[in-house]
Amino acid sequence: MTSDSVATGRTMDRSAPVGDTGAGQDARWRRLRKGDKKWTKKTTILFIVGVIIALIAIFPLVYMVLSSFKPEAEVYGESFLPKHWTFQNFIYVFTEVPFARYMLNSFLVSAIVTVVALFFHSMAAYALARLKFKGRETVFLIIFSTLLVSLPVVLIPEFVVVKTLGMLDSYWGLIVPSIFSAFGIFLLRQFYMGLPDELEEAALIDGAGYWRIYWSVVLPLSRPILAALAVFFFLANWNSFIWPLTITSNPDLRVVQVGISTFHQQYASSESYIIAASTVAAIPTLLLFFFFQKQITESIKTSGFK
Amino acid sequence: MTGSTHTYNTPASRRAPRRTTPERSGAGKARAKREGWAAFWFLLPDSLGLLIFVFIPMIMAIVLGFFRLDGFGNLSFIGGANYVRMVQDPQFLQSAAVTAIYLVILVPAVFIVSLLLALLVQQRIPFVGAIRSALFAPYVISLVVVGLMWQFLLSDKVGVINQFLAAFGIHGISWLGDPKYTLGTVVVISIWFQMGYYMIIFLSGLQDIPGELYESARIDGATAWQRFWNITWPMLRPTALFVLITVTIAVITGGFDLIYILTGGGPAGSTSLLIFYIYQQAFLYGEYGYAAAIGSVLVLVLLIWSAFMFRITKGGRVDDE
Repeated sequence: MTSDSVATGRTMDRSAPVGDTGAGQDARWRRLRKGDKKWTKKTTILFIVGVIIALIAIFPLVYMVLSSFKPEAEVYGESFLPKHWTFQNFIYVFTEVPFARYMLNSFLVSAIVTVVALFFHSMAAYALARLKFKGRETVFLIIFSTLLVSLPVVLIPEFVVVKTLGMLDSYWGLIVPSIFSAFGIFLLRQFYMGLPDELEEAALIDGAGYWRIYWSVVLPLSRPILAALAVFFFLANWNSFIWPLTITSNPDLRVVQVGISTFHQQYASSESYIIAASTVAAIPTLLLFFFFQKQITESIKTSGFK
Repeated sequence: MTGSTHTYNTPASRRAPRRTTPERSGAGKARAKREGWAAFWFLLPDSLGLLIFVFIPMIMAIVLGFFRLDGFGNLSFIGGANYVRMVQDPQFLQSAAVTAIYLVILVPAVFIVSLLLALLVQQRIPFVGAIRSALFAPYVISLVVVGLMWQFLLSDKVGVINQFLAAFGIHGISWLGDPKYTLGTVVVISIWFQMGYYMIIFLSGLQDIPGELYESARIDGATAWQRFWNITWPMLRPTALFVLITVTIAVITGGFDLIYILTGGGPAGSTSLLIFYIYQQAFLYGEYGYAAAIGSVLVLVLLIWSAFMFRITKGGRVDDE
């Protein structure tokens, strides 16, 4: 293989639409690869290696979930599976602390942030990708520059801003600052720029306003990417910890991550309860992953290169 | 979760966004004006939010560092005193050193592990979908749960990992209690948590490499090793740089949740990452100004790193040499 033939490959098409990862590969190659899927000596070895690594990777998760069904006396026992299955740990968690409330808080905050953020981001992205106005590149560059700095680094000034606005220890403080991130704008802009030119033509000739075009042409077309981002945003907000920890002290406002962290501090010695609480906090994310795996991985892939 | 992006110009982004050709007639001018106003309203909510909650804090991060600000809101200008204090603060220096070690080990480790995993799951092996899912699964769990879970697994003596090691005659290692091991433990957990995410990104890069290249290499009789160095690696460079940039940013700005739950920065400051030290200074000791000053150092490091990457990638266009 010479470097020349490598160089010719650099003209590869990177503008393939979301979800079409096999673009550019011809049918012959696809057949060839499919042929590889048989149990040959090579694939068997790779399969065994893959399975071992995969088992190591998920062992902690499986072990945690199984242990949450073990009675206190068994939790450090030698058996992998519970000898006596019990729901006692879960009952304890939900009755001793308002865990359902924590879950509800997390759900409300994550859902509202996700919906509002996607709405605002798609509006901004539409303007940046498809409307023509003075200073568009500058506006985009400024928005883009904010990508560099993420929350923990600006935690103190962010705290000061939110305190000044009187949003400390409130749902507003949990929700509003989490909405704004250039990440979603950036991805949606890329997507909208890839839509065909003729998209708005007919609507404009019909005399439709820009809002109508956005609402009835652009938004429906963005459904797949919005779905992918929605899962991703919901997960990120459900899992966020440092921000709710910093700005809330009212126990009624505890989101699930802060809830299990305080639970852990109060019940440090009762490992089976902590494990049950962790399992409860993890289950929604694992379910989301199970059902929307494709959307999650697609949104990660688009974050980079498409 | 890490907000990540990249600065590479793909063909799609290099094209100016498409619009109909501007008309010079009066009607065209009216339309351009209308379009400008439409853009203004479309951009307004996000711009306002980003200004208040991202841009202003970013500027304040730098400014606040020159002030003394306590928990009661008393603000006084003290010039560079916070920065002088930093160089004289042994805990800050230790924290900076811990962060540097963490960074230097974790970034290449995540890079290599996720690349190797991507190369593995790129193969057409049976049940590869299930293997990919299992490798990615840790990433969807919150770091708080990750911390609690590993604390349970790593418990001294009775934890499952120490029980397992005891079977091989290794006894009594305190993974989270002995300063010799703590940072290493945190690094391993971080790799375990992040590898699936970057594996997917590498996988996406690998799948973009045209299969014909490998086919002709195979016909030429190239070995797997040669195929990797002559095709995969050069073709994967944009992806590799993207991963390198995002991992570094994620490692500098992340890590708080895990440290907060697992070690609280201890024992003996052995896992006190800067991001955690900032939080302690502000919310434990009420030293908001000093904490902001340390934060501004991190912002500066991120800026220099990004500028450096931007330069060596020639403005992000890594794939046109």
